[in-house]
Amino acid sequence: MTLAPAAPPRASSATLIGIAVLVVALALVPTVSQALGNPFLIKIATRIVIFAIAAVALNLVLGFGGLVSLCHAGLFGIGGYVLGIAAAQLDGEVSAALLPATGELAVVLPLAMAVAGLAAAVMGVIALRTSGAYFIMITLAFNQMLYYVFVALQQYGGEDGLQFNAALTLFGHPATGRVPFYYGCVAALALVLAGMQRLIASRFGVVLRASAQNERRLTALGIPPLPYKLAAFALSGAVAGLAGALFAASQSFISPSAMSWVQSGDLVVMCVLGGLAYVAGPVIGAGAFVALEAVLSGWSVHWQLAFGGFIIAVVVTLRGGLIDLVRIAARGGRAS
Amino acid sequence: MTMIASRAATAALVVMCGVAALALPHAARADEPIKIGFLSTFSGPQGQLGQELFDAFNLGLKSTGGTLGGRKVELIQGDDQAKPDVGRQVADKMIESDHVQILTGIVFSNVMLAAAKPTLDAGAFVFSINAGPSQYAGKLCHPHYFNESFQNDMLAEAMGIYLRENSVKRVYLMAPNYPAGKDFLAGLKRTYKGELAGEVYTAFGQLDYAAEIAQLRAADPGAVFFFYPGGMGINFVKQYAQAGLMDKVRLYGPSFSLDQTILPGIGDAAVGSFASTFWTEDFDNAASKKFVADFEAAYGRLPSTYASAAYDGARILDAALKAIGGRIEDKDAFQKALESVKFDSIRGHFKFNTNHYPIMDSYLSEVIKDAKGRPTLKRLELIKADQADSYAAECAMK
Amino acid sequence: MTTALLIEQGLNGLQLGVQLFLMAAGLTLVFGIMNMINLTHGSLFMVGAFLAATVLAHTGSFVLALVVAVPATALAGLVLEAAVLRRFYGRSHLDQVLVTFGLIMVINELTRMVWGNVPVPMALPQVLSGAVTIYPGVTYPSFRLAILAVGLLVALGLYVVVVHTRVGMWVRAGASDRAMASAMGVNVGLVFSLVFAAGAALAGLAGIMAGPISAVQVGMGEPVLILALVVTVIGGIGSIKGALIAAVLIGLADTFGRVLLPPALGSMIIFMMMAAILAWRPRGLFPVHG
Repeated sequence: MTLAPAAPPRASSATLIGIAVLVVALALVPTVSQALGNPFLIKIATRIVIFAIAAVALNLVLGFGGLVSLCHAGLFGIGGYVLGIAAAQLDGEVSAALLPATGELAVVLPLAMAVAGLAAAVMGVIALRTSGAYFIMITLAFNQMLYYVFVALQQYGGEDGLQFNAALTLFGHPATGRVPFYYGCVAALALVLAGMQRLIASRFGVVLRASAQNERRLTALGIPPLPYKLAAFALSGAVAGLAGALFAASQSFISPSAMSWVQSGDLVVMCVLGGLAYVAGPVIGAGAFVALEAVLSGWSVHWQLAFGGFIIAVVVTLRGGLIDLVRIAARGGRAS
Repeated sequence: MTMIASRAATAALVVMCGVAALALPHAARADEPIKIGFLSTFSGPQGQLGQELFDAFNLGLKSTGGTLGGRKVELIQGDDQAKPDVGRQVADKMIESDHVQILTGIVFSNVMLAAAKPTLDAGAFVFSINAGPSQYAGKLCHPHYFNESFQNDMLAEAMGIYLRENSVKRVYLMAPNYPAGKDFLAGLKRTYKGELAGEVYTAFGQLDYAAEIAQLRAADPGAVFFFYPGGMGINFVKQYAQAGLMDKVRLYGPSFSLDQTILPGIGDAAVGSFASTFWTEDFDNAASKKFVADFEAAYGRLPSTYASAAYDGARILDAALKAIGGRIEDKDAFQKALESVKFDSIRGHFKFNTNHYPIMDSYLSEVIKDAKGRPTLKRLELIKADQADSYAAECAMK
Repeated sequence: MTTALLIEQGLNGLQLGVQLFLMAAGLTLVFGIMNMINLTHGSLFMVGAFLAATVLAHTGSFVLALVVAVPATALAGLVLEAAVLRRFYGRSHLDQVLVTFGLIMVINELTRMVWGNVPVPMALPQVLSGAVTIYPGVTYPSFRLAILAVGLLVALGLYVVVVHTRVGMWVRAGASDRAMASAMGVNVGLVFSLVFAAGAALAGLAGIMAGPISAVQVGMGEPVLILALVVTVIGGIGSIKGALIAAVLIGLADTFGRVLLPPALGSMIIFMMMAAILAWRPRGLFPVHG
């Protein structure tokens, strides 16, 4: 019982060009925003880029490993809290024995990735005993546990969340300026995309994709799939943690609501909406999701009607997600 | 050449701006509408509360002729989905994209905590018509932050006073396990001080309370104080009545657990329970009567205490802006006008404390059936006049 | 804990479990037989409750509310199946999750547009509004006993239908080998539609029975859906017996967990239990497919 159609290898130069175009387009947002005189565009673009990183991370296990995880919001939140707690200690509001008091991103971001990756590895060891719908539900269970743990942690704000005022730095330079921070996020996304693309094309990626299609054959070939899946899950968790840390940094705030299971579901929707077969698919999904939500919710209190309708329309008409539109357009362009 | 041209252009521009500034005194500015961001919870199970506030705020605006201090109003609506981070993002959008001057409408304290900071940092006003977190009443109090509804703990403190003064023994406390739930129970304990028969926190959004109600019955308390807003309140009160406890152990709660956002969903089961409140549907001042009649005519239902605060909210803004000729751009003047605002509150009387939270009269009310057979709150007695919140002393503004 | 309290809490756990079973039964049938993750099951629960509340408000008869709302919810399920979901039986689970996720949003908003934001009242049927003494010192609400009875009857009925009737045989045939069943003259499409309608009817019934004890409001289906999914996977997807046992297990664990554990742990107990059970038995307690 496979859950997701595992993607065939697609490391063609067209894909790489696609990624490059996407990154360049994202990098142009501040310029456009300035031309339009609307600084808020950068904030919404920051949100898109951060969720895109989380969705790309999820897609490593979802699209290429065939594992539908509902605990990625939890991992995202762990990353966010690592940064939040580290920075809030500078304000003197909270204290933590295991985390340094620092707002230096060069220290905190790798730390957030390490903690989230470790948490993912621990959960993966247990969750990967199951498969299919059972895997979905056991990861949902882990997500709920993480959520309630952070709700219960009153010293870090509980349900109110954790605010911090400390200025964040990158190698000693202030990093919270809106435009530089945005460029930093785009750079992180570009690195993640490039890394994922290489990983998928490598032997590791081939085995991971094969494990999603036919685990038995893989075992017969003498390759035990579990270590590969576990490694992918931990790596995916680490990158989700990175996204969470960037999210906390962008808002100077993190709360358990960012790690609810609904948020995990939203990440899955972003992946499927964009397209699972491509490393960059989830970026398009995240863009469509965040932008639509922001635009529609300003129009009417019944915005979820249109939002739900849009999702249904995409699943019914485009089997490969929104990225199919890009492919169709590209093919059409070449034919003419 | 180009340098000269550009310098000339700059000079022309400066002159034009100067002329424009001279030609456009305050009167011309008054043509621009006042921009208000109405950030509230409009979707999901709690969407009812945002709509209730929005309807009542609009009704309040209608009662002032659609203007505030004589100026037109542009209301920009946003949905926080009851999520703090979404609230913060929409607040950012309202400030940077829509250039709102006032942010209002927030239902939940945790959304307020997330959204107020960027709003205040940007120099705009936060004017709460519902959420009343203790942080902004105390340490975080801010010249541009006003709350005209209540501070979370106040109605619980009022009920504690009532229960203590009437020697109600062995009170059993119940609330959801989230910050406002803890605020309410802490508020009650601050003033009640008697022996408690039990103190139980349940999961937020819990549907079934049979197990907790069985424990409650076994503890044999003298009374129950509970705080369950929204759907949780409907579930709890229905199940409490079905367990046959309604006529054995009396239910006491703040009005948020027993007002018109909840009573219609419960039906008759809540009749005979008691709520502490700052307003009920049967207040007999003229402004309140007009509010209830207009609200019912406009929306076909009775207004809740949430609605009463939102309606007064629009009228406070109008009164304060009238006093300064609509000049909301003069922030100091607007702040002072709000601090000393005089208006015809449907609560009877109203004023702001030094921390910009209300000083209010708290009443005891009972759930009864009105002439049309609908469950409503009936005012019984004044519990405490001029009640202030317990955090004002921590606020540096004097 | 005294004996009386123990009995009462035991009944509470059992009753909660049976209520969850009503939801999970339909879910596990559709999941097991059509291999379809149907997240709109919670929406059907909500639709059932709203329809029944409306009929009850106009007629005052709970029986009539049941008689109208259960078939109406089944019909709503049929329409949903024919219009959208039928084409997703062969698609990946992810596509199914996505399309039903979108449908949840649409159905919630439509319900809000029709019935409004304010929770709809739903009174207890007069006969069952009291409480009965079932043990010295234990009085129990009659309506909750009725839920218990309805749930156990449904369990029995499902067992008889699936194991001992021709329809049940078709269902089992269609589930185990679609092509073979078609060749033998079973109209698989029809069987699937019937199963879906039956699942919808059960969800509607669960919603109607939940209406008088909880808030009838938009979004009431999702929390119940999550619990029903938990029950479904713990029991083993497709297993009615597993769903019943898992539902009772969850009902008891939740009830005693909430009473005996601190609140933070009490909220987690169900999920901790699910993780533990799946770690021990990765295909649930009663795996159906080999």
